[in-house]
Order: sequence, then structure tokens, then C-alpha cells
Amino acid sequence: MSARARPYTAALAARFQLTLQYRAAALAGFATQLWWGGLKVMIYAAFFASAPAAAARAPISLADTITYTWIAQAFLVLQPWWADPEVGQAVRTGGVGYDRLRPVDTYGFWYARALAWMLARVAPRAVLMAATAAVIVPLLGLHEWSWRPPAGLAAGLAFVVSLGLAALLSAAIIMLLNVLVAATLNERGVNTLAMPVTILFSGNIIPLALYPEAFQPWLLAQPFAGVLDIPCRIYFGGLAGDGIWLGLGLQAFWTVTFVLIGRAALSRVMARLQVQGG
Amino acid sequence: MPQILVQDLVKTFRVAEREPGALGAVRGLLRRRHRAVEALKGVSFSLERGELLGFIGPNGAGKSTTIKILSGILTPDAGRVEVDGLVPWKDRQKHVGRIGVVFGQRTQLWWDLPVIDGFDLLAAIYRVEPAAYRERRDELVALLRLESLLHQPVRQLSLGQRMRAEIASALLHSPSILFLDEPTIGLDAPAKLAVRGFVKRLNKEHGVTVLLTTHDMHDIEALAERVIVIGHGRVLADSPFEDLRTNVLAERRLFVDFEGEAPELVIPGVVVRARAGRSVELAFDPATVPTPALIARIAADHPVQDIHIEEPAIEEVIARFYEQHGAGEA
Repeated sequence: MSARARPYTAALAARFQLTLQYRAAALAGFATQLWWGGLKVMIYAAFFASAPAAAARAPISLADTITYTWIAQAFLVLQPWWADPEVGQAVRTGGVGYDRLRPVDTYGFWYARALAWMLARVAPRAVLMAATAAVIVPLLGLHEWSWRPPAGLAAGLAFVVSLGLAALLSAAIIMLLNVLVAATLNERGVNTLAMPVTILFSGNIIPLALYPEAFQPWLLAQPFAGVLDIPCRIYFGGLAGDGIWLGLGLQAFWTVTFVLIGRAALSRVMARLQVQGG
Repeated sequence: MPQILVQDLVKTFRVAEREPGALGAVRGLLRRRHRAVEALKGVSFSLERGELLGFIGPNGAGKSTTIKILSGILTPDAGRVEVDGLVPWKDRQKHVGRIGVVFGQRTQLWWDLPVIDGFDLLAAIYRVEPAAYRERRDELVALLRLESLLHQPVRQLSLGQRMRAEIASALLHSPSILFLDEPTIGLDAPAKLAVRGFVKRLNKEHGVTVLLTTHDMHDIEALAERVIVIGHGRVLADSPFEDLRTNVLAERRLFVDFEGEAPELVIPGVVVRARAGRSVELAFDPATVPTPALIARIAADHPVQDIHIEEPAIEEVIARFYEQHGAGEA
């Protein structure tokens, strides 16, 4: 580990461990996401069964839609729909002053912490969801409602890479929210706006492939697809061969773009920072 | 070349204002009104290596703003600052690695982490070599008597314990300059003494330059050889503390208990501050009314039971000083 990176990796590790302590929150979150996932699976099953002719021509099959739903539920907290609450608190209490006293790049420092916060919440929920939907549900004889394996070994490996990029992209989007929170001194408004946009355009509500044909290129190219929809398409083989590179490339492109925008915006906000009182 | 150089520092905050009441809130939606608050209007001073400087002034005078600019958190609107040859807000990362800062009203330790984990994390953030860190940490733990607190989460510490831990955490990277913004606020007497004792030692034995702000005049009296009084964003005085005391208020207080009812005293140059029953409290300037002469005169005219003299409290000295300069709370 290089000395330059040490502050960031230390902050990441500390935040990961601290966040992982919230076991009750993880269990409650998992229970809600399982319940909600089951509900959505049944709705999709009823929906596909009610129109067999249309279902046969659907851009993704019922089995893939169900697996998509379980992946979406497992990685729900990868959605960048909340600014980092630590940043909100630091901005409200003036603790942001202490962040500026550290001999580190503030953007990198906050990014590492946001990433750790996200990963520590994703990890337990994803493991529990995979164990339930991919192992327990089939064992209960509900095979057609279960989380199926990926399209192939290559798809599975590319999915893992894509998921990693999704986490980096998501943290970059959270950083944009953090900068907005730092500029407006209010996290509630930012979160209220981010939530619907994120879950709609990431494919969390409905897989993006199920939207009208005409929208498809735009839906794939917009940044939120990289948070969930692109990893899922790679998993099913919807994006295969060169398509995988296209998907990963889009994720990387948006991540780099948002990091650059976030950095520029944060340095502007910090230059006109006002820390009053005390 | 002084270690800290501050010239003509100017900082103005924009404060959003709202008319009172519901109608005011609605108007505020349509048109925001801002008021400019001049926190600093040309502050200049300099500090040599190893000095211990006290910064005093009423609330809102600009003390904290100055510290925040010196520590690289805020960018001033105008003026020049150099600390060890660096401009804090331009060379922020390099600069903050060399200074330690404690804000008495905030915490830099992680609320849910044991103290020692917070120290470890700070050492990593400041890239302190592990061996050097352990040595430094053990030294600070011994000096600030933190052994029994190390494994407690910060949220369980008392304010006095927390402040000792805060001060240790600001020094883990061995800074050569320490900024303390109201380090004794809210502490009880023993905790204040512990903090003062440690700061003094740090300054005397380790040569750390210290700049501290406070409202507690005993902090200043115990620590600072030099005092800057700031008010309304300007430096009102920059002098040794004793000079400040002598120049601003040479007044003495004479408390006299008479054997009978206290008489009506009319003595030129002497003000009767209080008269109740057998006691009076007099105020006078020993330069114009010599103390022995005054005592002799009173004792000759009236049967006296007891007499004692006091100097006004330093709080009063300072309050008087603020008044003279029109520097009441902004």
C-alpha cells in the first residue's frame, strides 16, 4: 500500500467496519427487499401469463425479468439515491471544517467514505438475498420464481466486473449529491429529488429493456443504466461479445465524467465555504 | 521572518435574511435578501516561532474567522497570510499537515469509535510512520492521562476527558503550530487547569507555537504572555497582558467595614460603588489618590473595623476595554 493512498484506504476501511456494525438495519432492509421482491416477481408472473402472445415477443423473458428483480433487490442499496449522511451532518454541524484540516484531497476522502458506506450496506443484504432467492427458493420447489445463474462463465465474470464499475459509478453520483448538499446545506431536498430519478432510470422499478423500443438507445446510454441495468444485461447475455465492452465502456465513461464534474464543483463550493459560529 | 504573518486580512460573509412571519417566508421564496457581515476589516499581526498568543474579543469579533483562515478552512476576500512560508488556502494540503487545530465546540474524533481507533485513523490520514506514531501516541497518552479512556467510545467520555483526547488527536502528527479555538469552553475547574498546564508545557518544553482564543480570562492570565484584543473585525490592542491590565484599568477597589452605620463619604477622585449597612465599596485610581493616604484619611475620620483592597477582575478589565472601543458583542 503506497503512502499516498494510505489516508483514503484507512478512511474506507474504518467506515466499512463502522457501517457493517448495523446488523439490525441490514436484516430489516433485507426483509423489506425480500418481501418487495417476492411481490414484484408475482406481479411479473401474472403479467406475462395474462398475455402469452405478447410475452413471447417480449425483449426479455419472464425468467430473466425475475432474476433481474432479485438482482435489483439484492443490490438495492447500490442505488445512488441518498447523499452520504456523514456529509450532511458535517455540513450542518460545521464538522466540514475538520475535513478541510486533513492533509488529503477532500473529494477523494469523501469518495472513499461514500464507497465504503455503500459497500458495507450492500454486502450483507446481497449475500442474504442471493442465498434466499438463488438457493432457498429453488429448494422450496419454486424454481421458476428463483434467481437463475448467469448466461455463461464469460457473462458471469463480466457481470462481476460490471458490478464493480456500478459501485464506482454510484459513488461518483453520490459525490455529486454530496456536493449539492454542501452547496445548499440541506440533504433532504437533494435526496427527495435523487430518489425517483435513480430508481426509474437505473431499471430498478422496471427493467429498462421493457420500455418502448424507440427509447432503448437513450435508456442504455444515460448514466443511471450503469448502476443496475448494464450489469443485468451482461448477466443475461443481453449484452454479449462487443456488447460487454460497450456496457463496461459506458459505465467507465460516466464514472470518469462524474468524478471530473464532482471535483470541479467541490473545489468551487469549498472556495466559498462559510463556516460560521464557534 | 515571523512564523505566522497576517496582513490586512478582510473577510465578509453573506448572511441570508428573512422578514419575520409567514408572509416574510413567502416573500423570501421570491426574493432573497442578503446582508453582508464584515467579520474581518483589515487584521494584521505576526507571530514568532515558539510564541504563545492569546486572542480575545467578544462573540462575533472575528477570532474564530481568523483561526479558520489561518488553518486553511476559509478563503479571505483580501489580505496576505503566510504560515511557515505557505499560503494556507492555496497550499492547503501541505499546510494543514504541519498544524494542529482544536475547536472546543466541535469534535474531530469519531463518535462511535474507541479513542484509540480514532487516533489510529488520524495517524493514517496524516501519514505518520507507524513507529513514530506509537511513540508520539504513548507520550501524549501519558501527558494527558488518557490510559483509562483509550478503549472507550468517544460518545461515553465526559467533556473534560473528551477535550484531553481532542488535544492529543491534534498533536499526533507533531505539528509545530497549534491553534486552539476556545479549548476550555464548558470545562470544570480541574479540567481547565489540566488543559492549561498541558498547553503551557507544550509551548515551553517543545517550542510549539500556540495561538488560542478564549473567553476565559484565567486562560489568558495563566498562559499568554502576549494578547491581541479583537473587536468588530479589527485589532484593538496587541500587547503583553500586564500592559493591557495596567493601561486599561489602573483602578483599585477599597472595601471598608465601619464600626457603626457607614458614613456618606465625599472624597475627590473616589467613587462610592456600593454602600449597605456598615460597608462601603470605593473605586479609585492609585495614580491620583495614593492608597495609603486614602486609608489614613478614612481611618482618621471614622471608626473602622476592617479594610481590604482588590484589583478589579480581569473580566471587568476586558469588558471595560470593549466598551471604550465600542466593541460590544457584534
